[in-house]
Amino acid sequence: MEAELQALASRLGALLGSDQVITDPVRLRTYDCDGLTNHRATPGVVVLPDSAEQVAAIVRACADAGVPYVARGSGTGLSGGALPRADGVLIVTSRMRRILEIDVANQRAVVEPGVINLDVTRAARPHGYYFAPDPSSQQICSVGGNVAENSGGAHCLKYGFTAHHVLACEVVTPDGELVELSAGDPGYDLLGVFVGAEGTLGVTTKITVRLTRVPETVQTLLAAFASIEAGGTAVSAIIGAGVVPAAIEMMDALSIEAAEAAVRCGYPPGAGAVLIVELDGPEAEVAAQFAEVERLCRDAGAFEIRIAADDAERALIWTGRKSAFAAVGRISPAYLVQDGVIPRTALPQVLARIDALSAESGVRVANVFHAGDGNLHPLVLFDDAEPGAAERAEDVSGAILDLCIEHGGSITGEHGVGVDKARYMPRMFSEADLDTMQMVRCGFDPAGLCNPGKVFPTPRLCGEVPGVRKGPHPFAGKADIF
Amino acid sequence: MSAQDDLPKLLGDCVHCGFCLPTCPTYVLWGEEMDSPRGRIHLMQQHAEGAPLSGPMVEHFDKCLGCMACVTACPSGVQYDRLIEMTRAEVEQEHPRPLQERLVREAIFRLFPYRRRLRALRGPLRAYQKAGLDRLVRRTGVLERISPSLAAMERLAPPLGKAPRLPERVAARGKHRATVGMLTGCVQGEFFPGVNAATARVLALEGCDVVIPKGQGCCGALSLHAGREEEARAFARRTVETFESVDVIVVNSAGCGSAMKEYQALLADDPSWSARAEALSARTRDLAEFLVELGPRAERGPLPVTVAYHDACHLSHAQGIRAQPRALLAGIPELTVREVADPDICCGSAGTYNLLQPEAAAELGDRKAANVDATGAELLVAANPGCSMQIATALRRGGTGIAVAHTAQVLDASLRGLGREALVGRPE
Repeated sequence: MEAELQALASRLGALLGSDQVITDPVRLRTYDCDGLTNHRATPGVVVLPDSAEQVAAIVRACADAGVPYVARGSGTGLSGGALPRADGVLIVTSRMRRILEIDVANQRAVVEPGVINLDVTRAARPHGYYFAPDPSSQQICSVGGNVAENSGGAHCLKYGFTAHHVLACEVVTPDGELVELSAGDPGYDLLGVFVGAEGTLGVTTKITVRLTRVPETVQTLLAAFASIEAGGTAVSAIIGAGVVPAAIEMMDALSIEAAEAAVRCGYPPGAGAVLIVELDGPEAEVAAQFAEVERLCRDAGAFEIRIAADDAERALIWTGRKSAFAAVGRISPAYLVQDGVIPRTALPQVLARIDALSAESGVRVANVFHAGDGNLHPLVLFDDAEPGAAERAEDVSGAILDLCIEHGGSITGEHGVGVDKARYMPRMFSEADLDTMQMVRCGFDPAGLCNPGKVFPTPRLCGEVPGVRKGPHPFAGKADIF
Repeated sequence: MSAQDDLPKLLGDCVHCGFCLPTCPTYVLWGEEMDSPRGRIHLMQQHAEGAPLSGPMVEHFDKCLGCMACVTACPSGVQYDRLIEMTRAEVEQEHPRPLQERLVREAIFRLFPYRRRLRALRGPLRAYQKAGLDRLVRRTGVLERISPSLAAMERLAPPLGKAPRLPERVAARGKHRATVGMLTGCVQGEFFPGVNAATARVLALEGCDVVIPKGQGCCGALSLHAGREEEARAFARRTVETFESVDVIVVNSAGCGSAMKEYQALLADDPSWSARAEALSARTRDLAEFLVELGPRAERGPLPVTVAYHDACHLSHAQGIRAQPRALLAGIPELTVREVADPDICCGSAGTYNLLQPEAAAELGDRKAANVDATGAELLVAANPGCSMQIATALRRGGTGIAVAHTAQVLDASLRGLGREALVGRPE
């Protein structure tokens, strides 16, 4: 450990309890990646604060020492947004997991950042409410992480992303000040800037979230199609008919195979694609629309339709979908999870192109997607023991993003840019666009210590004039630390 | 399970998704990566890549309860049960432990797997309890200062009554339906003799001839789960031999049943035993599992009692048995079953865990006790002697006693029409 980091570690040791600072190399290494394992860096120091004041003190100490820091929740992110810095401090919020308030009358809850997403729903459920954002990792991902990544989930088609459910955040700014950003504040929507900033503008220490009333009725069906195209036709028909389902999810044959192996969800055998459609709302509306959805699925060629009779059957239908990512581990030694967005109407073309890419390269691709809003999650499979396989998978994965951009989409729907996709940002944005974003960042974090190296392809200091860069980069020679 | 060649593949199955974290008791307690299954697998990976078994590394392996909740939660099919067993075996062989720790471990493994030694302890222990010395020792905390593990052992010992001996054969009542062997277990047999008697009676009342071989010893579960593989294999061979003559072996202790179902893996590398071990594993049934397969025949008498059913980890996570005990309880007229919150989180008993990691175990015990207490039930039903002792101790510590019974005892009371008094109010 470098001397300055060592000095900082002992200062942090004095600020916090001895069980809250980790410096042992073996322990540190267990924090070397989040849910995305192909980027790894062992953090210099790990701290486990249990209060906002401790977080503020840690950030101040880092700022004083000029040491970078990264905040991490449960470590389930899929873009390397919480990838640590070897020369920095990893602030882990997993001990800040108190639900501070469930305010039913005002439909809100106040939670610490380490609170698990699903625990908010568990706490609100007895009152008839829930927390709407539902990433597939909801059983473990933290609300603080959801805020950083502006996480979505299967139901964001109807209910929106985390940004639509956060009313206020208490934030430790990069100069160590505790401030409150609120959706109700007049002036610039700083909360809007903060949510989804991937931890580059500060560390949230308390979040006020909106609670949503549990719908009167939920109806879920599983429709099996011979092909992805037939499934895609059904999706377009449903949306075209003016129905806004709570969720429309599609899985292809390969991801069905994986889910089946993992959780025995019992999806219809022989299906080339399954569609999960969930409707919720007032009973009469759901009943009328559900009949229509069923008819539209049959018209599009569904050969089997299963309707969940109760919550247990609904859970079983969802289990297959929600475990799909991790389940791919059953059919492939390693895989990359891609996250891209395309216009819904481009679904058949893009999927055909992905198929072609897969055939050309010999790299298998399993497809899972939030079909309703065109958010694709291709899972690129490879064997990490085979030389060159990871690179080939990486190439296919990148080519899929190019396809998304080409069709007017985006390089990420909900997983964020992080460290993994920073290099694709110039494919979507011009230099001027990126410079403008940098200026926003500099407004919050002029020293560039707060989760540096994420989102933007080129690390820059805030004093630099936007535009063409000349001469050696100010971070030159430190590249090995990224 | 010595197949260290499997290790890279087994480690590689983990995709680091983190779905195991919320079900891991130590992650729930401490919120640290290295005390989660994902973190421990990372540590195993580090060791596989050449990092030595350092003190901190071993500390985190030791803190794992081996509850297998992570195995249930894992969507990638990681066989953490095998991973931790292999790791523990390596720790036992390679990692030197401090003297006091070694002594405590030796004491545990020279005592608990041996019924005769446990039996020899019963007399003095009863006298000790009768004389009220237990209260004195706990008040002064003298044992705590000598060894926290010894103090934990003392606290956990259940109040002992008489231990009736079981005959070698109990004849079926009514038309004969099956002949079953019965494992009596070590702790179950000596500290909860009532459970074994009830098990034999229930099986007989359901039409089974019950064979209870005299020569049976420990099944090896404690040793197996602690990484003492050679010891476990020796126990396993003896158990295989003892029960080779019966078609089904019924086990009423979750930890034992789970270990016996693993014999095939434990003895896989031993050509003269692997086939016999596999056959025994295939014939092993948990009591609840067996009774549901058999189907109820005997008439159930009403039992107007509200019970909380506790999922023993080695029953639910290791054997996947959750529905069967609930179905048996639900089949008793007038009995109400309440669910305990966070059923997947271990109570902290976990074999020898509450002896070797008394602090963490006590904290988990308190959490479980609070959840059991919140059900408002009058009777706690569990299918593992360790869980019963652990939760009863935690509830006592919290000042709220609850009657404890094994599923077999509840069924026994119902089948014999004993009424609720037979179950509630009993101090066990």
